[in-house]
Amino acid sequence: MSGTFLGMPRRAVPGNRPGAPRDFPTAAEAAGRNTTLLENLRHATHTIRDKRARAVAELSDWPELRAAGAAIKDEVLLRLDDHLERLEEAVTAAGGTVHWAADADEANRIVTELVHATGETEAIKVKSMATQEIGLNEALAGAGITAYETDLAELIVQLGDDLPSHILVPAIHRNRAEIRDIFRERMGEWGRAAPGDLTDRPAELAEAARLHLREKFLRARVGISGANFMVAETGTMVVVESEGNGRMCLTLPETLISVVGIEKVVPTWRDLEVFLQLLPRSSTAERMNPYTTMWTGTTEGDGPREFHLVLLDNGRTDVLADTVGRQALRCIRCSACLNVCPVYERAGGHAYGSAYPGPIGAILTPQLRGVGSELDASLPYASSLCGACYEVCPVAIDIPRVLVHLRERVVEGGEVTVRGSRVRLRPARGHAAERAVMRAARWALDHPGVVRAGQRAAGRTRRLHPRRLPGPGAAWTASRDLPEVPAESFRRWWRRTREAGAGGGTASGDGQREDRS
Amino acid sequence: MSDHARAAGTAHGSREVVLGRIRRALGGTGPGAGVPPVPRRYLASHLPEGPDRAATAVELLAENLADYRALVHRVEPEGLPALIARLLAARGARSAVVPPGVPDAWLPADITRVADDPAIGAAELDAVDSVVTGCALAIAETGTIVLDGSPDQGRRRITLIPDHHLCVVRVPDQVVASLPEAMPRLVPHRPQTWISGPSATSDIELDRVEGVHGPRVLEVVLVGPTGNGGTADPAPPGTTGP
Repeated sequence: MSGTFLGMPRRAVPGNRPGAPRDFPTAAEAAGRNTTLLENLRHATHTIRDKRARAVAELSDWPELRAAGAAIKDEVLLRLDDHLERLEEAVTAAGGTVHWAADADEANRIVTELVHATGETEAIKVKSMATQEIGLNEALAGAGITAYETDLAELIVQLGDDLPSHILVPAIHRNRAEIRDIFRERMGEWGRAAPGDLTDRPAELAEAARLHLREKFLRARVGISGANFMVAETGTMVVVESEGNGRMCLTLPETLISVVGIEKVVPTWRDLEVFLQLLPRSSTAERMNPYTTMWTGTTEGDGPREFHLVLLDNGRTDVLADTVGRQALRCIRCSACLNVCPVYERAGGHAYGSAYPGPIGAILTPQLRGVGSELDASLPYASSLCGACYEVCPVAIDIPRVLVHLRERVVEGGEVTVRGSRVRLRPARGHAAERAVMRAARWALDHPGVVRAGQRAAGRTRRLHPRRLPGPGAAWTASRDLPEVPAESFRRWWRRTREAGAGGGTASGDGQREDRS
Repeated sequence: MSDHARAAGTAHGSREVVLGRIRRALGGTGPGAGVPPVPRRYLASHLPEGPDRAATAVELLAENLADYRALVHRVEPEGLPALIARLLAARGARSAVVPPGVPDAWLPADITRVADDPAIGAAELDAVDSVVTGCALAIAETGTIVLDGSPDQGRRRITLIPDHHLCVVRVPDQVVASLPEAMPRLVPHRPQTWISGPSATSDIELDRVEGVHGPRVLEVVLVGPTGNGGTADPAPPGTTGP
């Protein structure tokens, strides 16, 4: 049997990570008390998961598309150096400039310098997971540059001084009344104020955002984006979106800076025929998203005159070094796994403590950042291992398998790659008790006499058992009742009834079976 | 080699560091060793083969465009200018951006034409009522029209800022069934905009709202044989009229 503890991790000591959740169980429990949040989440995730199922059912060849998507991404990963060099060559030949960033600090520094070089102090932004991961907005603010988020949900999050809680719908935790209040109170501080008689009708809220952002789009000279795909053979960048804010940011400014994770490269133009079928249906449950922009370097007279691509590592090569965990790099950020996850639905996105919530975040974050903090070490346990995430994943990431793999790493330690160097990870201290329990269980189950004695003792003392476990076991019984121990174990019942009714032959067979179990 | 070798301050940043990490992560297998071929057993299209395939693709395109709230019209070539005049008038449009490749005869005389000139700024485009373009191709299965900056489509910004986009698709020759049929017909180096219905958001409680930042009204005119010999604007099933 595996020695990996599959239950919930021990709670962290309070207060060791100001500003971020201490650990997943604590944050999830806090979210569980917020009924508005849970109701918003439940409504949203259930709506979209049903729509997704219908959109996927329209394509009879979905399993084949999924297999092709996974295989293309695996090919990308196994030849990542080649593909990135080809991409760099193609982007450069088309008039773009390619920069390489080993970590978040370097990427932030490169972008800051590029914006400074334009002489501007403002930039408009398209929703991008990579720039959220590296904390670009905060870094720019520190350098005197204001980055305006232009995706409606990101705008809600930015104005509300809040954190995103979903990959696709970052303000999924806010209902319409809360959004109206945020717009009324905060829009004026950032630009054009919301109308005083703003109601909470979604169409009216969207109109307020349109007017607020339009003046920013029309005057902006610097745009910042991520990308969904980069085509190595042609140097083409692809951004999929719905609102048109992406098109604004990608075509109106004079300078465009795209920060993109190195795993976003795909080998050929043709490969887009697979991902542009997989992504919209998995993500927004549409046959196709309203707008997709594709650009290759710069084009005379159309769009930005300067294009900079910042290729971001920031832990991705460490993930690549793990042959089991590297499949997390196939992710195309569709968020289908969030919408089907029973844990996400009850915990909310903030509990995951990073830009990547839900099941994908539970395997990506501990690999990108390591499992050094209590929060990151607790993430591989933020799952019931039900497997729904794997089933809906359009690139077939076996999330449960990676979760178990990472739990093993947390508990057992072992060799990992950190910022390109091999290091030996020590077992997490918080899991010493679990390790001891598992070692004890392994020993006991190998010794049937011990099990028999233990069961007899448990049966005789059952009246004295508490409903909650003391010590480290309290984490388990905080949300579960301790099962009642029966007066008589199955083994004893079997021996008593069979010995009494059917004679010794059965009893002796039972005894042998018991000894082998 | 360690990361201390980082070439700080160079134009390429940590290029060699990142590439070095990738090569170490992939181990001694060498680049590309043991990479299995990509299985492409998915369908080239979901439309059945047959003599009616082209017509079916046009029908499907119209249905899918309408499903995402584009307004779809069908017309025979000789009826196109009259239809465009009617659609512009119905929206009260007095000015329209017209890229150089759009035939003069398409536009009525009483509309102020704004040329697609690089000198025209975003704010000036914001004051124009409509934009009339052709397209590179349309994809039936997804209800998508693709613009690639050809002379009849213009620069990307002209189809973005005006609030009303009228796009003409020649059917059936500009219609493909599927993405695998579309990719070889597109030129990757051209700046592309794929449009599937008007701009939309579902960011507020997942309620779909049409029209955020892009044109709030997208009208697609399918021009070609309509099958009934008429030049009017018969609305096939699933198609929304003006």
